[in-house]
Amino acid sequence: MSTSSRLPGLLREKEAELLREWIREQTQTLSTQQGRLSETDLREQSREFLALLRRATQDGELADVRGSGWREVLDALASLSRSRARQGFTPAQTASFIFSLKGPLFALLRKELGNDGAALADETWTASVLLDQLGLYTAESFIKNREEIISRQQEEMLELSTPVVKLWEGVLALPMIGTLDSARTQIVMETLLQKIVETGAEVAIIDITGVPTVDTLVAQHLIKTVTAARLMGADCIISGIRPQIAQTIVHLGVDLGDVVTKATLADAFAVALQRRGLVLSAARPRS
Amino acid sequence: MGDCLLVTIQVDMHDRLALALQEDLTERISATGAHGVLIDISSLEIVDSFIGRMFANIAAMARVLDAVTVVVGMQPAVAITLVELGLSLPGVRTALNVERGIALLRSSLDVPETGDVSGVS
Repeated sequence: MSTSSRLPGLLREKEAELLREWIREQTQTLSTQQGRLSETDLREQSREFLALLRRATQDGELADVRGSGWREVLDALASLSRSRARQGFTPAQTASFIFSLKGPLFALLRKELGNDGAALADETWTASVLLDQLGLYTAESFIKNREEIISRQQEEMLELSTPVVKLWEGVLALPMIGTLDSARTQIVMETLLQKIVETGAEVAIIDITGVPTVDTLVAQHLIKTVTAARLMGADCIISGIRPQIAQTIVHLGVDLGDVVTKATLADAFAVALQRRGLVLSAARPRS
Repeated sequence: MGDCLLVTIQVDMHDRLALALQEDLTERISATGAHGVLIDISSLEIVDSFIGRMFANIAAMARVLDAVTVVVGMQPAVAITLVELGLSLPGVRTALNVERGIALLRSSLDVPETGDVSGVS
């Protein structure tokens, strides 16, 4: 079937016409997503893809797009879906790049083979299978690219430094942002302890205002950090506990032990100063 | 040093050494009538559960003999290990370095028995 297909010939002869129709089709569907892709870009991509498709169909197998003759086409599709994944297209929008070719192609086939019903059905089937495979490949590589982006972002999140800031002589603060998991807590604990050694701090304030949820595991991590700091000779105060988190902690039956907890960082800081034997007083008004 | 004993651990602890230290220390506490024990473990880089428990034991024994134990200079890695082992050393007081440890010992000895300790500013 594929060897006698007229598809390669048609693609070669009617390329310009097909391209025009295809671009018209795409600009219609893309008009709702304006701004993301300029029309010249679209035209360029379409022209390039159609040329590659023509070349691949000349000597390639039409039924199997995983053959060596199709490598260039697949590479082009992969880079296209990569760029569209970055631009924030949905998978459906990306795959429609291929699927929108069906309409013009089938119309062309009907025009050329209008009299021969059997041949028209055959050719339509061949073209449909071919474009489906290409479309699926596009969607697949789109998702692969998305996953790459997500995993890279995850790594970046992990690498976000967990800053330990010095609030006062001998008072450290550790503002925690984001979800706490084992890997992060380990890093947090190490940086905090290292900083305690470096600065000789006596009080460390762990602020969990930016921690969205506290479950038993997170509470466990917090207690571990506090205990480790205590073993090093520094007192820990946990601050920034929101009402919901206080409720969760009590409902879960988490025992924070004798860890000092404060509602706000300011309260914790006041306690820390008190422990260091310092008093804050208002400056004397100028006479 | 007054009525305090200072123990500095310079080598990697192994089990028998730890037991010897425990024995030695209790002997000395009762012999000297010390009220404070300062254990400096800043050179200790490796701990296991046995050593961790030994610190807790020494502290408990010292308390029975009426002495306060302060462990000073614990390395971050050691602290993390002990916590992961589930040994939080309750009842053991800690300080960052020897200086702070002595200050802590003095303050904790000063409060209950003022005037008893001579030569303490």
